[in-house]
Amino acid sequence: MIAPVQLANLQLVELVWLVPLLPLLGFVILMFFGRRLGEPVAGWLATAAMGGSFLASVLVFVGMLGLEGGESGERIVEVKLFDWVVAGDFSVDIGLLADPLSVTMILFITGVATLIHLYSIGYMHGDANFSKFFVYLNLFAFSMLMLVLGDNLLLTFLGWEGVGACSYFLISFWFTDEANASAGKKAFVTNRVGDFGFMLATFLAFFAYGSIEYGEMFSGSAIPAGTATAIALLVFVGAAGKSAQFPLYLWLPDAMAGPTPVSALIHAATMVTSGIYLLARINPILAASHDWAPSLIAWVGLFTALFAASIAVAQDDIKKVLAYSTVSQLGFMVVAVGTGVYVAALFHMITHAFFKALMFLGSGSVIHGMNDDQNMKRYGGLAKLMPITAGTFLIGWLAIAGIPPFSGFWSKDEILVGVYDNSDIFANKVLFVLLLIAALLTAFYMTRLVILTFFGPPRWRDEVTGEALIESDDELPVRHPHESPWMMTLPLVVLAGLALVAGFINLPFASDLHFLGNWLEPSFYFNGHSNEYHAAAGGGTKLTLAVIATICAIGGIGAAWKLYFDKRGGTGPDAPAIMAQGWGYDNAVSNFMGGPGSKGFDALAEFDGKVLDGAVNGVGKLIQLDGSFLRRIQNGLVRSYAVLIALGAIGLMVYFLVVST
Amino acid sequence: MEFVVFIIAGLLAIIGALGLIGFKNPVHSALSLVLSLFAVAVLFLNQDAQFLAAVQVIVYAGAIVVLFLFVIMLLGVDQAEDLSVEPIAGQRPIALAIGAGVLALSVLFISVAADGGATGQQSVTAEKVDSITGTAQSATAALGDNQTDGTETIPNIEQLGRTLFTDYVFAFEVTALLLTIAVVGAVMLARKPKGELAPLPVIPGRSGTTDETEELEDA
Amino acid sequence: MELTSTWYLVLAAILFALGATGLLVRRNPLIMFMCVELMLNAVNLTFVTFGNDLNDLGGEISVFFVLVVAAAEVVIGLAIIVAIMRRRNEATADDLSALRG
Repeated sequence: MIAPVQLANLQLVELVWLVPLLPLLGFVILMFFGRRLGEPVAGWLATAAMGGSFLASVLVFVGMLGLEGGESGERIVEVKLFDWVVAGDFSVDIGLLADPLSVTMILFITGVATLIHLYSIGYMHGDANFSKFFVYLNLFAFSMLMLVLGDNLLLTFLGWEGVGACSYFLISFWFTDEANASAGKKAFVTNRVGDFGFMLATFLAFFAYGSIEYGEMFSGSAIPAGTATAIALLVFVGAAGKSAQFPLYLWLPDAMAGPTPVSALIHAATMVTSGIYLLARINPILAASHDWAPSLIAWVGLFTALFAASIAVAQDDIKKVLAYSTVSQLGFMVVAVGTGVYVAALFHMITHAFFKALMFLGSGSVIHGMNDDQNMKRYGGLAKLMPITAGTFLIGWLAIAGIPPFSGFWSKDEILVGVYDNSDIFANKVLFVLLLIAALLTAFYMTRLVILTFFGPPRWRDEVTGEALIESDDELPVRHPHESPWMMTLPLVVLAGLALVAGFINLPFASDLHFLGNWLEPSFYFNGHSNEYHAAAGGGTKLTLAVIATICAIGGIGAAWKLYFDKRGGTGPDAPAIMAQGWGYDNAVSNFMGGPGSKGFDALAEFDGKVLDGAVNGVGKLIQLDGSFLRRIQNGLVRSYAVLIALGAIGLMVYFLVVST
Repeated sequence: MEFVVFIIAGLLAIIGALGLIGFKNPVHSALSLVLSLFAVAVLFLNQDAQFLAAVQVIVYAGAIVVLFLFVIMLLGVDQAEDLSVEPIAGQRPIALAIGAGVLALSVLFISVAADGGATGQQSVTAEKVDSITGTAQSATAALGDNQTDGTETIPNIEQLGRTLFTDYVFAFEVTALLLTIAVVGAVMLARKPKGELAPLPVIPGRSGTTDETEELEDA
Repeated sequence: MELTSTWYLVLAAILFALGATGLLVRRNPLIMFMCVELMLNAVNLTFVTFGNDLNDLGGEISVFFVLVVAAAEVVIGLAIIVAIMRRRNEATADDLSALRG
């Protein structure tokens, strides 16, 4: 006899289908009537849809809080909507899986998305394709929510592809400029390489498990380690594409060609996290694989983190710094996933969403105020002129640098503790040190960005007064920086607040304060044991590690301050050019694709045309030849036909004779 | 006695058949056919199928072959066909092989049947019970032999009539319909067409009744 | 030597084989037709023989029907031959090859 209260909770959780539905409705309405609704009604409608989705997510969350967590499995709720594909043994339905992991994702996705929708109303003011922007944004939100809520690999893939397509649409939103269009194509094609891995993983999963539904896959018997490794690594290929890990990170810096809200939403908070989400979702497969697979994942993540951080140091474009920073932070999350501390990865995902989106939106504000100039060398002294933007941006800066008590500190620290402690990972202590260096670099380049942008004398000429405060040989650009309207600053403030306090959802001091860890427990608990790695380090060790991390962060900040803060308006030493060009990797890929790669593709196309098509055509030709040969029998002469009839009759007689004896 | 009749009639039938396929002149062939038909009629008599023998002579020899002769005369196709040349390659040897094969197989069948193999001893249709006397007819009695062995014998034609109009009446009616259709069809087909006749497509060198003796290659 | 039905059957087989051979060898359509009639006769003989052998009237009835159908067939066939052969006297079966593929 279920208590009435509990029934209500379950019903609240089963409202989860509202969450993707509202953005979908927004998309459909705006697609047909967007142009007629025009600015700003289209924007408000889209924001309202996202807001409604956020409220629904909150309701689902509240409902799930009322269910029992931990190992009981009560918080894993499957809501089946209807059958989709039924083909023999293979059946897939449209169903949503509401468990702590997906509810966490939908909460922060819808929340951040609502804020960014609001911001976009102000940012896209005056754009000719205003309503189209919101059409794409809502479609993106729907796809992302389906990705996260889908209860089987195919639905997740549907969302996966959807977000990839929307990313393409939104990056090349101003497609009349060819650079933007190329960036969109690059993003799509690079993602495709990852998608290939995902698809292969799905096929393999079907063969191994007989089903691609998460519930059925993970409740059944374990599969051999080799198969699990193959599936896990193929999924990682897909995740590397979406979450911009080496070697498929190429598209993310170029994706900055899109409008800034797009960069904030897609390339900071949501789409790029889908790879991490997927890896967390398939944690039983990762747990069943060979021991070297998670180590491999962790090391690839580390390499990406270091690699991208080193490039970020050398960038002059404010958005490119943030882009490489995103790649680097994603590397952190991948390290966490590889190390088995999924909770830490998700914790960092949440905090990163807040402070990175905040910084992107803040940079949008700055770019807006500086006449769309993105070169930091021409910024400076904006703190006084754009106080809200600067204030919120500084909070984000401190968060990402890892200064306590801001959120970034707690999440990054948890990853570091996990890496230090888990000796199953190959050379984990070395990994730990390298990760610390990456964190140091993070603090370093972020400080550089903040200094060049907000502090120091302005390296531009004031539009109103016409005077410049520094001496310079070059012609100084004329600017009139100003604060943005409330629609753009309100999300900044909200995000700043979240970046400040989000750390407190998972404090490591006592297990009671470890809210996020306890909450996420059911999603990692399968077959009687938890796939989450629980660090065995004692309180003392954790404190030491935290202090070390904080010292690194402060060191990074201090070094950058020393190098780049110049009252006379200098911009500090330039990093070597090779670093700015991403260690030549991007060029190498382009040259390869243009040269030998393109030749290879041509050869493939020829193979397809000649061999495969030829085989099919050959069958046709063969039939034709047979036909023209057999045609000779039809000579139109009755007597020949009579001969054939007689021969057939003889054949029949022989048959009956044989049969009867 | 029957044996002698059989031998003579059989030989005449075979001679007629050979003449049919051997003569160049179609009229000669038709007359050979008549000989063959008469011989077969005698064989029917030998087997106590008197009605059939009569019908054979009247219908087959008397009507069908006469019809053939009429058409031969009408069309003037009485010119000799050149049998020495065979336009289609390989037709003759194959034809002979087929003929021999058919004969061999048929004889094989018969020998197997005679041993009770292929067809069995039982008849597949119901045994004819004499409806008047109520007893099964003996082999000779059923075919109209005049025997006074106590049972009344029914003439062959009467038996045929009874069976035809009771058990096979449906086939009978359908056959009547068939004959009607045939008559109508024949009248339609044999009308003289209005207007000019289109010429037959002439394939050079194809006809075997001219003096050309060249062989044709297959299509 | 006993006159069993086997003799009749063999004779019928011979007649049938002769008719088949004649059908395949001759070119004149009328003679080909007459060979068909010969074959039908051979079959009739077979039917009567079996009817006699099995003491069954079905044999004779079958012959009856075969006869009727053969008559109808001859009528139609000759009408067709007349219709075609009106045009040329020396036409043979080989000339009518318009349906070649």
